[in-house]
Amino acid sequence: MDTINLTEKTDWAFIEEVKNESGQNPSLCYQCGNCTAGCPYTQYFDYPVSMVMRLLQAGQKETILTSKAIWLCATCETCTTRCPCEVDVAHIMDTLRIIARREGKVSEKDIQLFYDSFLDSMKKHGRIFEMGILMGYKFKSGQFMGDAELGPKVMSKGKISLFPKTIKGADKVAQIFNRFQEKAKKHG
Amino acid sequence: MAEKEYAYFSGCSLEGTAKEYDESLRAVMKALGVNLVEPDDWSCCGSTPAHTVDHVFAAALAARNLTLVEKMNKDVLTTPCPSCLMAFKKAQYNMSRDEAFKGEVNGLLDEAYNCGVESKSSLQIIYEDIGLDAITARVTHIMPDLKVAPYYGCILSRPPDIAQFDDPENPVSMDKVLTAAGIQVQDFAFKMECCGAAFGVPKREMVNRLSGKVLEMAVDAGANCIAVACPLCQQNLDLRQEQVNKTTGSNYNIPIIYFTQLLGLAYGLSPKELGMDKVIVSADSVTRRITREEYEKIKAEEAAAKKPQKAKKEAAAEETNN
Repeated sequence: MDTINLTEKTDWAFIEEVKNESGQNPSLCYQCGNCTAGCPYTQYFDYPVSMVMRLLQAGQKETILTSKAIWLCATCETCTTRCPCEVDVAHIMDTLRIIARREGKVSEKDIQLFYDSFLDSMKKHGRIFEMGILMGYKFKSGQFMGDAELGPKVMSKGKISLFPKTIKGADKVAQIFNRFQEKAKKHG
Repeated sequence: MAEKEYAYFSGCSLEGTAKEYDESLRAVMKALGVNLVEPDDWSCCGSTPAHTVDHVFAAALAARNLTLVEKMNKDVLTTPCPSCLMAFKKAQYNMSRDEAFKGEVNGLLDEAYNCGVESKSSLQIIYEDIGLDAITARVTHIMPDLKVAPYYGCILSRPPDIAQFDDPENPVSMDKVLTAAGIQVQDFAFKMECCGAAFGVPKREMVNRLSGKVLEMAVDAGANCIAVACPLCQQNLDLRQEQVNKTTGSNYNIPIIYFTQLLGLAYGLSPKELGMDKVIVSADSVTRRITREEYEKIKAEEAAAKKPQKAKKEAAAEETNN
């Protein structure tokens, strides 16, 4: 395992921010590694989840927020379920993604793009229009050929609609988005 | 049977790539005398993408639907989709424990949510409210060739504080439901191991590899079918099975069937109304059905044929002893 160079100074404000927003206490982690042992994604992470916890204790803001690990976490909740210190690790990972987004430091642009296509579709129609998400993602990512072979498969089964279905209250859903964005702006 | 009624949230996937989950669940619930009522004009729960944006925002998208359920005067909502379930359960959990959070969420909504709705997976309703005896009583057909690995996915019983259902490490509800329906189940070690979740589009190869492990484990355990309860698991394991084969150099051809479809088959419903034609890897070769009576007759004949053999053997053994 690589040694982490703790060149950044401990960012105490960052630790507080994560504590407040997640409602979790990272100091409770005693580095047993149970979370990493159970993490199905650990081989794809740049920092195993227990190391993310250690980096958090050391206030290594930049390293954490620009890590791939926080975006490759699928919130499968295995870490949270198994943590002997009852730290809701998955919720901390969630909080780290939120902060990374807010600070424009997302390392996994494709994942963010996919999530954004999903949310765009939801804002527009009130429900998810699968075809729209896929096309939106392909258009923005430039990856037109990804999963191309799946198209005919789903089409032949009559499972995917070519046209969006917009609910009556789509504007009410869009208002949730708008109110949130206004609030976020106000609070900077 | 007294008719039960629940508010029912199918979710967006069940209107598209998981249509057969909706169709089979409705058919099975009807057969079991359960009435499902959809909240009028429900919206997307927000799922995984919303909770990468903000906790309050994500809870509001989920809670809009819970408000609709409150207006129906229902206190239990059932959803077949684990991702919707988790969105509702987390909103409920956090809003009912934190007044300030509740206030912030309601600040984003047109109509406030008063925390009066408990959400349960449709598996939980079938297992706990309908119960194993009623599940068995309705069985008309047996599928003698079928050996099913029940695959729960990550979040049906996790995290335990929020899920409040079954065991977080070794869930058994689906095993018991299928067994009660006369279906042979095969225990396997990857019941809850993640299939790759929502990363299929941006991280295809990673998802293929994770799904491949689940398929491998089920096949190695001797199963010829995997039962699922999640639209995303189904998609990753079935629609992407050919991709898995290409990515990992394997040659899987194992049907991935919603547990509700299997129940429906045991209840004698037609494959068509259960959407059996909508899965990619066909289950036709493992879902041959015979009536319960026929099956019992065959079993009785087998047992009768064994008896004289056993008696003969015992007699022979006695002779040698003498």
